[in-house]
Amino acid sequence: MATGQFKDGIAAGRLEPARYSDNFSDLHPPLDDHEALVEADRCYFCYDAPCMQACPTSIDIPMFIREIATGNPIGSAKTIFDQNILGGMCARVCPTETLCEEVCVRETAEGKPVQIGRLQRYATDEAMRQGKQFYERAASSGKKIAVVGAGPAGLACAHRLAVNGHDVVIFEARPKAGGLNEYGIAAYKTVDGFAQAEVDYVTAVGGIEIRYGQALGRDFSIASLSGEYDAVFLGMGLAGVNALRADGEDADGVENAVEFIAELRQASDLGKLPVGRRVVVIGGGMTAIDAAIQSKLLGSEDVTICYRRGKERMNASEYEQDLAAANGVTIRHWLQPKKVIADKGKVTGIELEYTAEKDGKLAGTGETLTLAADQVFKAIGQKLEAGALNGSGNAAPELEGGRIKVDDERRTSLAKVWAGGDCIAGGEDLTVSAVAHGRDAAESIHRSLTSNGRA
Amino acid sequence: MADIRNNFVGIKSPNPFWLASAPPTDKAYNVERAFKAGWGGVVWKTLGEEGPPVVNVNGPRYGAIWGADRRLLGLNNIELITDRDLYLNLREIKQVKKNWPDRAIVVSLMVPCEEQAWKAILPLVEETGADGIELNFGCPHGMSERGMGSAVGQVPEYVEMVVRWCKANTRMPVITKLTPNITDVRKPARAAHAGGTDAVSLINTINSITSVDLDDFAPEPSIDGKGTHGGYCGPAVKPIAMNMVAEIARDPETRGLPISGIGGITTWRDAAEFMALGAGNVQVCTAAMTYGFKIVEEMISGLEAWMDAKGHRTLDDVIGRATPNVTDWQFLNLNYIAKARIDQDACIKCGRCHIACEDTSHQAITAVVDGQRHFEVIEAECVGCNLCVNVCPVEGCITMEPLAIGAVDERTGQNVSADYANWTTHPNNPAAKVAAE
Repeated sequence: MATGQFKDGIAAGRLEPARYSDNFSDLHPPLDDHEALVEADRCYFCYDAPCMQACPTSIDIPMFIREIATGNPIGSAKTIFDQNILGGMCARVCPTETLCEEVCVRETAEGKPVQIGRLQRYATDEAMRQGKQFYERAASSGKKIAVVGAGPAGLACAHRLAVNGHDVVIFEARPKAGGLNEYGIAAYKTVDGFAQAEVDYVTAVGGIEIRYGQALGRDFSIASLSGEYDAVFLGMGLAGVNALRADGEDADGVENAVEFIAELRQASDLGKLPVGRRVVVIGGGMTAIDAAIQSKLLGSEDVTICYRRGKERMNASEYEQDLAAANGVTIRHWLQPKKVIADKGKVTGIELEYTAEKDGKLAGTGETLTLAADQVFKAIGQKLEAGALNGSGNAAPELEGGRIKVDDERRTSLAKVWAGGDCIAGGEDLTVSAVAHGRDAAESIHRSLTSNGRA
Repeated sequence: MADIRNNFVGIKSPNPFWLASAPPTDKAYNVERAFKAGWGGVVWKTLGEEGPPVVNVNGPRYGAIWGADRRLLGLNNIELITDRDLYLNLREIKQVKKNWPDRAIVVSLMVPCEEQAWKAILPLVEETGADGIELNFGCPHGMSERGMGSAVGQVPEYVEMVVRWCKANTRMPVITKLTPNITDVRKPARAAHAGGTDAVSLINTINSITSVDLDDFAPEPSIDGKGTHGGYCGPAVKPIAMNMVAEIARDPETRGLPISGIGGITTWRDAAEFMALGAGNVQVCTAAMTYGFKIVEEMISGLEAWMDAKGHRTLDDVIGRATPNVTDWQFLNLNYIAKARIDQDACIKCGRCHIACEDTSHQAITAVVDGQRHFEVIEAECVGCNLCVNVCPVEGCITMEPLAIGAVDERTGQNVSADYANWTTHPNNPAAKVAAE
């Protein structure tokens, strides 16, 4: 018997066992052949298509859709993978409503864009189902490159380097590859172990070795990699979590949303995953939404997202906000955490202060509100663990705004060291942007090794 | 309220929408359903001579091409004339005509090219009480290999001869159905006219192969790996059919000859266009075969609504109204100048007008203005070709705007002349120069 939604505190098994698989099933089920053809027919094959411009990896979207429409999903998949080897995951997790689909001319024309993301999934799924590998490695360059982090940036970088004939070793701190694809995205966006299947698909090109349990600053340093390898790519993401800066945030039940999501993604039995009866999520981004919705899907009775500014400033897209609302999550604005209220060390509520923007500056109004809570998730952004960068005491790459500074080619201030993904300044916290960084850094590394190397 | 009753060569029907001779009119069951749905008349599927009926293939008879969302644009068929017993058909025709006296029933016929064969079948049809006959000189497949159908329709002398036999041997009105598989459709029309036909109907279907199966390299529709050309019809053939109707309507030798328009008519608008070009009524097949008989309701209400809106009281107000406006290229006014104009509010910025013009035409549409994605006609380059209008996915977004008399055409620097001037008098026309000398 399930514990029930109304049990106070943080508890597992709030739902009947069968409910979990329903709740965490594919958010957007794959298009079948007929649906894909109907949808592909809607594409106008625009000139210099706005969707393509909006895609951080510049996938030739009209072309891949035309290839689907003409019965060539394999050619379509190659068009996608040529630009974005993680096109399968991006098809699932990209906030298309703020990227390609937002600028689709069908959105302009009728408020209903071509479902680019789902079409991309259709094509990439088919190629992966057939185990179709499109790329052959160039003759060995004899160069070895170290990649830190097996997330989207690292995988994209490694793949492009491997294709260009270089040997790659990826150092991954966690036991599995995939980065946020594996540990950080809502479960209903990537079901059936897709993240690992994609890692296998990407690494099948050959020449990529992944060493697990290897963390920067603990097991190796940038300097040690620079010494041993011809080039280094840093793609380790943001391991740190911002603090609430509210009194009492060390109470039991105050948790990092990213860790909750990671735990959920790795859980073999969601029924054993505890969640609060009343959950408050602090933040306004995708992580806040993912944590809130998944709390609800695990059986929380009452889930509230509190964001310190207005709706239009939320990083989560409007679609994501609507998805949260549809799942019964309440989103409240203009509230910032002030104090975590605890009883015997366990959180029982949170006191929040109303905020207002004056002359562009956010300030508390003095008015407060207390929400009962058994669990509080912090989703106010991740940060670079800068300490790891110079863990061995050697020169660390220059930072900008707390993240690694890079140039247009993703070169850091250190010779032989490139970086990409969420850990760089200007990173957009998007899988697809990370893929673009990794890919472009790989091309830059390749150019540098092949031209400078010979000179 | 518009009156859409139709009188075609004396055959009356409550509306101008007939079902063409084809599978939908092969037996009483279908025709009764059609009349219940509201069709004004039918041309009963072609009867052959007495004796063992023809046989059809036992595999696919139809092939097709599709537009977006698998909308059927063109259909072809390799079906022959009726494969039912002649007397069964005649009995059914008689009964249906009795049941539906206000509807038109015309019987399509195709017998060997011998007077005796026609003499034998005509009284049998007359006896049913049918309103008229249609001579099938059109079917391009199967029967033509046996010297019938388009094999007759392609030889004007035969057309005239058979029409003459029929006119001599029946009191029923004779409609001669023409094949489009000929270089100049006026020739068989003139021949039919000379033979005394009451009307022509066109077009029959067009020789076609719709597709090739790329797994086994078989043309479609494929019968045991082989295919043959079939008769093409449906929306795709409408422009071809309308040109042929107009050619006959404006031919001095056949002017005034009633025409029953056929070819891809799918909506009331298609029907109105055929009639404007000179068709006295229309026949429909593919649209019914695609959507069922109910579409006639849309055709009736659409035609009436349009006529009401435009103040046309009867079909005679419409029929042939566009015929005088069909002319030869050489008589088109070369002083008429139009330019494309893009409605920026309606533009969805797909850029297809730009790339069509840039890659394949006159480089007369911008893609970027002041760093912004912006599609605008460069009047100095625009020749007014209309390609942009045709590739634009938004209806009414790009329009062709005629330049006012006296305005400067930025492309040529010339003022727009009020005078009408065509190729026959143009200085670049060598023939014109000769004439001038």
